[in-house]
Amino acid sequence: MKPAVVLCLLVGFLASIGQAQERPYFVTYSHEMEEPGNLEIEFFNAVGKPPAGNRFIGSNIEFEYGATSWWTMEFYLDGQVTQHDSTIFTGYRWENRFRPLLREHWINPVIYIEFENINGGDKALREVVGHDGKQDVSGPNAEVRQEKKREMELKLILGRNYRGWNISENIIAEKNLANQPWEFGYAVGASRPLSLAASAHNCTFCGEKFQAGVEMYGGLGDRYSFGTNQTSHYLGPLINWTAPNGITFSFSPQFGLNDYSIPRLYRFGVSYEIDQLFSRFHRGAR
Amino acid sequence: MTLRLSLTLLLILLPAGIVFGAADGSWLENVPTHDHEKTNPYHDQADAIAAGRRIFVDRCSHCHGENAEGTKKRPPLKSERMQHGASEGDLHWLLVNGNMRKGMPSWARLPDQQLWQVITYLKSLHD
Repeated sequence: MKPAVVLCLLVGFLASIGQAQERPYFVTYSHEMEEPGNLEIEFFNAVGKPPAGNRFIGSNIEFEYGATSWWTMEFYLDGQVTQHDSTIFTGYRWENRFRPLLREHWINPVIYIEFENINGGDKALREVVGHDGKQDVSGPNAEVRQEKKREMELKLILGRNYRGWNISENIIAEKNLANQPWEFGYAVGASRPLSLAASAHNCTFCGEKFQAGVEMYGGLGDRYSFGTNQTSHYLGPLINWTAPNGITFSFSPQFGLNDYSIPRLYRFGVSYEIDQLFSRFHRGAR
Repeated sequence: MTLRLSLTLLLILLPAGIVFGAADGSWLENVPTHDHEKTNPYHDQADAIAAGRRIFVDRCSHCHGENAEGTKKRPPLKSERMQHGASEGDLHWLLVNGNMRKGMPSWARLPDQQLWQVITYLKSLHD
């Protein structure tokens, strides 16, 4: 009940301000940066049930700000609710993305650097690395929250836009700073708007308002056991829709591809972009 | 010690150079010939002007003004250079690549069709 209330409040609040249209990915990052001066607020959730555990909803709220055309920063707050257990705050993340090449090329790299201060109860599943699997979301909250994870995560984001399609690939390396080995993962996605040309008239459900695609991600072991042995992988279709008031709703059913994965995940998200955040406070601003 | 000092100066000056020292003059000089010569499939079409206006209001007006008149920090798009100095192909190149050193983002996230619609709208503006 609580997440639903929070969602309604958030939607109601955001309905009064700006607009956005984002790629429908939940895990994969595209090379597209936040527009300079804009703040995007995103609320993402993952619902799942591990075979030996309770149903959960892992959530995070993200504040993404375009510092410049080539530098985007983002702050995350994570939490989760587990059925028959409890609701807990699981930590925060701080990331920066830099685009080293300032023009559009055949393939466009972006460097991603993130610091995470989360605990073992985190179920937002914003990335899968190492040997992450269904056992990591099965333990009781009182126990798993004792595990502290101060981690540094690096990603190489590669992306391309071609004939309306966006194709993105992320190569992930993550290290728990408490002397744990580097863990690796990947995420790939492709998406495009349902209609490439915009309509001449205002519309609510026209093709340009929808984006659809597919996403796959998973772990690649760690420094001592690199590969796909005992790693989890997920695949799922994606869709999002941008309402006339600018709020974007995203949804994806995702399927675990092996016995090590959570069998099914249902992801949904709401995002909203506030244009030119700080210029709103300047004297004489429109 | 000298090496450390040099590296420190390099680390400070390199980003500063990228941000402030990249006076690339007019972006028009950077447009390759084949981009300059691209033609707009929606040239002068009324529907494309209307669609381009919608996209412009959603995406561009926050920086360039509701009617492309410009704002304190961002240039007007009704200028002589935009209307006559730049071809439609030049504007397409600018939208795809942006001018990131000067704060103009890349709009390659929009499909080509929508970029051409915006250009059709911009070219329909006259003082």
